[in-house]
Amino acid sequence: MLRHAARRLASRAAAAPTARRALATAEVPAEAAEDSTFVEAWKKVAPNLEAPKTPISLMQPRPPTPASIPTKLTVNFVLPYKSEIANKEVDMVIVPATTGQMGVLPGHVATIAELKPGVLSVHEGNDVTKYFVSSGFAFVHANSIADIVAVEAVPVDQIDPALVQKGLADFTAKLGSASTDLEKAEAQIGVDVHSALNAALTG
Amino acid sequence: MAPLGARSVSTQIVRNRMKSVKNIQKITKAMKMVAASKLRAVQTRTENSRGLWQPFTALLGDAPSVDVKKNVIVAITSDKGLCGGINSTSVKVSRALHKLTSGPDKESKYVILGEKGKVQLVRDSRSSIEMTVSELQKNPINYTQIAVLADDILKNVEYDALRVVFNKFHSVISFKPTMVTILSPEVAEKESEAGGKIGDLDAYEIEGGETKSEILQNLAEFQFSCVLYNGALENACSELGARMSAMDSSSRNAGDMLDRLTLTYNRTRQASITTELTEIISGASALEG
Repeated sequence: MLRHAARRLASRAAAAPTARRALATAEVPAEAAEDSTFVEAWKKVAPNLEAPKTPISLMQPRPPTPASIPTKLTVNFVLPYKSEIANKEVDMVIVPATTGQMGVLPGHVATIAELKPGVLSVHEGNDVTKYFVSSGFAFVHANSIADIVAVEAVPVDQIDPALVQKGLADFTAKLGSASTDLEKAEAQIGVDVHSALNAALTG
Repeated sequence: MAPLGARSVSTQIVRNRMKSVKNIQKITKAMKMVAASKLRAVQTRTENSRGLWQPFTALLGDAPSVDVKKNVIVAITSDKGLCGGINSTSVKVSRALHKLTSGPDKESKYVILGEKGKVQLVRDSRSSIEMTVSELQKNPINYTQIAVLADDILKNVEYDALRVVFNKFHSVISFKPTMVTILSPEVAEKESEAGGKIGDLDAYEIEGGETKSEILQNLAEFQFSCVLYNGALENACSELGARMSAMDSSSRNAGDMLDRLTLTYNRTRQASITTELTEIISGASALEG
């Protein structure tokens, strides 16, 4: 019986390192993506100093474009102070591009869109989450990954309608009484954002 | 040091030394606690901001070895000292980058954020410094402040490639110098057309009535402000972590010094007691005589 135990232990010991090794190789490609020309050039100039890290080596590589259209869209929605949605698989996203609301489905053509203040809605099955976005950029990649970078976003149900009306009235008054171009531009931006907020609350 | 043949060495000197070393130990311990508590707050914000620059790298790729005429090196350093070697590392990396990117028809300028970097770089590269910014951390770093700063920098410098150098915070004891490259819209278009690491910008449709160059311009500015925000936060975290470990080793050193001084103090005290005793005894034995 002890002989069998020894054999079983040996086989488990043999299996564990290979399992661990498989995990190790799975991680390495993510880190190894470094710019070799840069490192070479660096070594010539500063041989004793380690080359600084570059963003490529610090982020996970993106998956390649699949052959057929995937069923779900992967969404990354980031704000300066947090990652609101990270690698979530959803059915559809509607972004407020400068040309109007743009719907993004899996398999959407690769696009770069600048955003204007408006409502971003994320559709997952029957759930719809709406955010009011101040502005930013939306990138849709060919591999059905959508990156949305915004400066500020709030869920629509946290917006106070009374404050929106007041803000709209204030900025419309300022626009009327603005004298310099800078003041006019600032007042116009205020009016745009508040009207969009208004539309978001009603729409 | 007391001269040879002195009657009794004063223990006052050693006692004064011990008092000052003990004070230093208290101060450095307090500084370490302050840095630790500040670090906790900034660390959460830094980790939350890490997703901010990833979409840009996913879209545009990264080209650290790009060869352009006008390079601007934006070095993020701290204002306050006593934070270990992180500012020196940043400055060394910036200097090496300067050497790397200067040549017969290319030039390289510095934009320095933070007093410590300015002090070190003004010594030998004063002519290459385009602008300096200090008092970054007077108020907690927020995106609006950084966006205004980025706007300021972009207005005042001409660039083909911006290289932001900062210390990335990996853990409380590990900070790695990191460099992010941001290309100006014209260079980005050229690189993407030439193929190469930038990725295929042409494959992306531009939504909206603006031309591709306008969108790329807005994109470059936005990317710069996002990268600068993340860089400033990471550098602040690294500064606090470095200060924590510097103050920790300093208070430990002070503790060691205090132990050694205590031993010296005891030896001095015992020696003076022994001297007094010997005098008394020899005096008494001389009297008995």
